[in-house]
Amino acid sequence: MANLHLPVTLPTVFADLPRRLDVEAATVDEAIDRLDERWPGIRDRLCEPGPALRRHVNVYVDRERAGLETALRPDSRVDVISAISGG
Amino acid sequence: MATRVVLLVGTRKGCFILESDEARRDWHVRGPFCDGWPIYNAIHDAESGAIYAAAASEWHGAGVWRSPDLGETWELSSEGLGYGENGELRLSKVAGLMAAHGRIVAGAEAAGLFESHDGGATWSLLTTLDGQPGRTKWNMPENQPPGHLGIAGLLADPDDRNRFWAVVQGWGIFETTDGGMSWTPRNEGLRAEWPLEDPRVNYCVHKLVMSPVDHDRLYQQNHCGMHRSDDAGKSWTEITEGLPSDFGFAAAAHPHDRESFYVIPLDAGHGRCMPDGQAAVWRTQDRGSSWRKLTAGLPDRNAYIGVLRDGLAIDDLDTPGLYFGTSTGQVFASNDEGETWSAAASYLPGISSVEVAVIS
Repeated sequence: MANLHLPVTLPTVFADLPRRLDVEAATVDEAIDRLDERWPGIRDRLCEPGPALRRHVNVYVDRERAGLETALRPDSRVDVISAISGG
Repeated sequence: MATRVVLLVGTRKGCFILESDEARRDWHVRGPFCDGWPIYNAIHDAESGAIYAAAASEWHGAGVWRSPDLGETWELSSEGLGYGENGELRLSKVAGLMAAHGRIVAGAEAAGLFESHDGGATWSLLTTLDGQPGRTKWNMPENQPPGHLGIAGLLADPDDRNRFWAVVQGWGIFETTDGGMSWTPRNEGLRAEWPLEDPRVNYCVHKLVMSPVDHDRLYQQNHCGMHRSDDAGKSWTEITEGLPSDFGFAAAAHPHDRESFYVIPLDAGHGRCMPDGQAAVWRTQDRGSSWRKLTAGLPDRNAYIGVLRDGLAIDDLDTPGLYFGTSTGQVFASNDEGETWSAAASYLPGISSVEVAVIS
């Protein structure tokens, strides 16, 4: 199962969403699907029409910059980052 | 039950709630709510008692926060708020809200209207005003005005569920009488300081308000002057003379007197602050024939403060209270129709909107 690390800006919006959790998914896109099944609406917080990751949401898989199509291994670490924006 | 006077203050970093009693002297501040998301407009729906806050996060997109219990709990929804995967339009923010007749309407950028019939839980696209003059141009990136609000204002008709007005930023007022299916430009008599390709549109309407006691009486602060309509927006008459500037954003109509109306003139250049560093609200009590400057209790020097289009509100108590929030985070309150003022909050984030609700 891939290990997801989520930004501090999400658990305040979705009740009981942890900062870290494991999901069964073959791609980043599927991992977001798994999240959206348990926390409806979270896909819209991470993705925009296209679909594509939102401009200031960066995802890294095993420390490499990733996109929705990036494949996950069973032991992948996925970091979702609220990138520099605003002040 | 004691009367509660509640100010909803939308800021760059969340929604705040200021509360007082009927005397409106002491204010208790709660917040920030909405997880610190930038709030463009926060409103109170008198029918349901719920608060709705239009929001857009740089990280997580646009949505509407709602609280059924005056700020104790909040939920965010954006379900249905979007133009789909393949359309020409992208939704960047929800800029304005209107609650009336059991429906919530949200105005968005790119310019479009969405409606909710379930208290803001889900939304559906109502219109993008297709076919209206200017429609093919107003969403072009090169035509975007500062702020990029899209739909910069919404005004309900208290008598008619199917009639309301929408302001397209930089293009003007449009009226629908069939619930949003068809629209008519309502900009006749307005002034523009730029060449008009189509005289029906391309007017810069900053704020549109209606007299609660005469629904044909509308007022507006325009980029180019103050204006009054006596026929529900079908025609407009300029009433700027006597004001220190023809520019400003905010406006409020007196709840009991159709002839009384408030504005906050600003310098029209880059500063867009109150003239001469002196804070002032201006009032007409003769439908714009003359104006009086109201300053008692407001900072009278070195006050280079601005107020945005939704930043001025008035309550409907017998002696109405006025409230305005500044782009530098102060809220000023008056409990005597603007005669005297005091600070209700001084160190909030930059303020986009102020709305007042009187709850008995």
